[in-house]
Amino acid sequence: MIDRDTVLHVARLARLELTDGEVERMVGELGGVLEHIETIAQLDLDGVPPTTHVVEVANALREDEPRASLSRQQALAGAPAVADEGFAVPSPQA
Amino acid sequence: MTPDFEPVIGLEIHVQLKTRTKMFCGCELSFGAPPNTLTCPVCLGLPGALPVANARAIHFALMIGLALGCELADHSVFHRKNYFYPDLPKGYQISQYDEPLCRGGELAGVRLHRVHLEEDAAKLIHLGASGRIHGSEQSIVDFNRGGTPLVEIVTEPELRSGEHAREWLSLLRATLRSLGVSDVNMEEGSLRADANVSLRPAGSTPLGTKTELKNMNSFRFLERGVTAEIERQRAIIEGGGEVAQETLHFDPASGALTTLRSKEEAHDYRYFPEPDLVPIATTAEMLEQARAAIGELPAARAVRFERDFGLSAEMAHLLAFRSDLGDYFEAANAASAADSGHAQQLANWVSGQLVARIGEQDPATSNVTPAALATLVELVSARELTNGTAREVLDVLLQSGGDPRAIVAERGLASLSDDSELAAIVAAAIAADPDAAAKVRAGNAKAIAALIGPVMRETRGRADGSEVTKLIREQLGV
Repeated sequence: MIDRDTVLHVARLARLELTDGEVERMVGELGGVLEHIETIAQLDLDGVPPTTHVVEVANALREDEPRASLSRQQALAGAPAVADEGFAVPSPQA
Repeated sequence: MTPDFEPVIGLEIHVQLKTRTKMFCGCELSFGAPPNTLTCPVCLGLPGALPVANARAIHFALMIGLALGCELADHSVFHRKNYFYPDLPKGYQISQYDEPLCRGGELAGVRLHRVHLEEDAAKLIHLGASGRIHGSEQSIVDFNRGGTPLVEIVTEPELRSGEHAREWLSLLRATLRSLGVSDVNMEEGSLRADANVSLRPAGSTPLGTKTELKNMNSFRFLERGVTAEIERQRAIIEGGGEVAQETLHFDPASGALTTLRSKEEAHDYRYFPEPDLVPIATTAEMLEQARAAIGELPAARAVRFERDFGLSAEMAHLLAFRSDLGDYFEAANAASAADSGHAQQLANWVSGQLVARIGEQDPATSNVTPAALATLVELVSARELTNGTAREVLDVLLQSGGDPRAIVAERGLASLSDDSELAAIVAAAIAADPDAAAKVRAGNAKAIAALIGPVMRETRGRADGSEVTKLIREQLGV
């Protein structure tokens, strides 16, 4: 089961601001998801490797060959704020 | 330092790989390129962009794993390490978690915990409109560095002092440099080290509370930072206090350690497998290619120098772990007459006189060719030059290059080979200072210095000191 504090903790990590009503709803919804996982966890899966991909492919690699990059203008086009040839952000040290 | 506590230090090292392109996209790597000119939707974290791993980065990481004696995984996966910071556009770093590429390994008696691949963060420039660095309200992000392939090397907590940490890291750097997989330059950030430091009662096994030291961007700062942190923790414990687990920033200017604001509460990174990347299955072919790309490693080179050139273990180590010195030494040896037996002297001249004059500079880029140094050593060995005049010749070589024999001839530096000439100079010196001569005759051995000085001045260093001493004693009958 999941409690209110856990929901608030996860919300803080994800930078989400939840209203009291949303917190209540998440306690229910996330709790339901975890209950489902607990059901699966009852299966005896010793020796079964976890499935991280549904298709069995490995080593999809690319050669170390350069490709054209975006121009600075293109790169900065979607930035909320720009300064000094870069993305301007609030200082994390302020 | 009271003997009651022993420091326990582990290092976490990040190495930027010298690939042409980034870890998961085709943007070029270029240190010092204009800001934000080497980006694409992948390394900017734009929606829908998909990463593809760089084959050469994996090749380099396998080379590192092999060189450090790690166990290489035949199956390895990437994970997302989730946290928010402005230098991380996706809100997560692609890294490795419980299935790293390499585990274990060892270098110079220090065991390794793991070696894994990840991507570098972007560069944050903390320069507000006011120009202040601390407390500036705005930062600028340059994404050129974001996505650079990084290998993270984590040691077991087996280092015992700041000095030990510095020495060990320089061995690691030499090893990585000889592999050619990185520039390993601490000032430019292609080699970065964080240190975990704790103290525990001597002889006990459990580890004390550790702190993490960041920002030690030179070997000297690493040593000083770790040493300062050991002393700080010792003072806390001896004062009856408790060390708090925190991340500290070492300020090399003041030597102060200050608490850094944590990137994420309680390091709750919520790792999960990166769904956009498929696993790495290390094939026999990939391993074979990595093995074939590894040349002679510094440790093996040191053993060869000891065995083939009869160098002391210490000297062999010094030359082998500074590959530019080792290369220069070998070139000078090759230029020497075969079976000249000068290897030992060449090693002394390279590591002593030459390094004293050029410091960290690669001697191959100096004006002294390896052949010139070999000639110089031959002249000294044949007693055609004294050590003192040979040093003068070396100064001239460093200034303007050239051939030692020509410099000797031009400047009249050849040793006094004519014994009668030297004997006459000695006789004159004795005659000029009867006081000192009488003291030496009377058994005052120290007084002889007053007679040697004038002879050396007169001969401008071209006379051998021990020869002069011998002649003075002979002429004075002592």
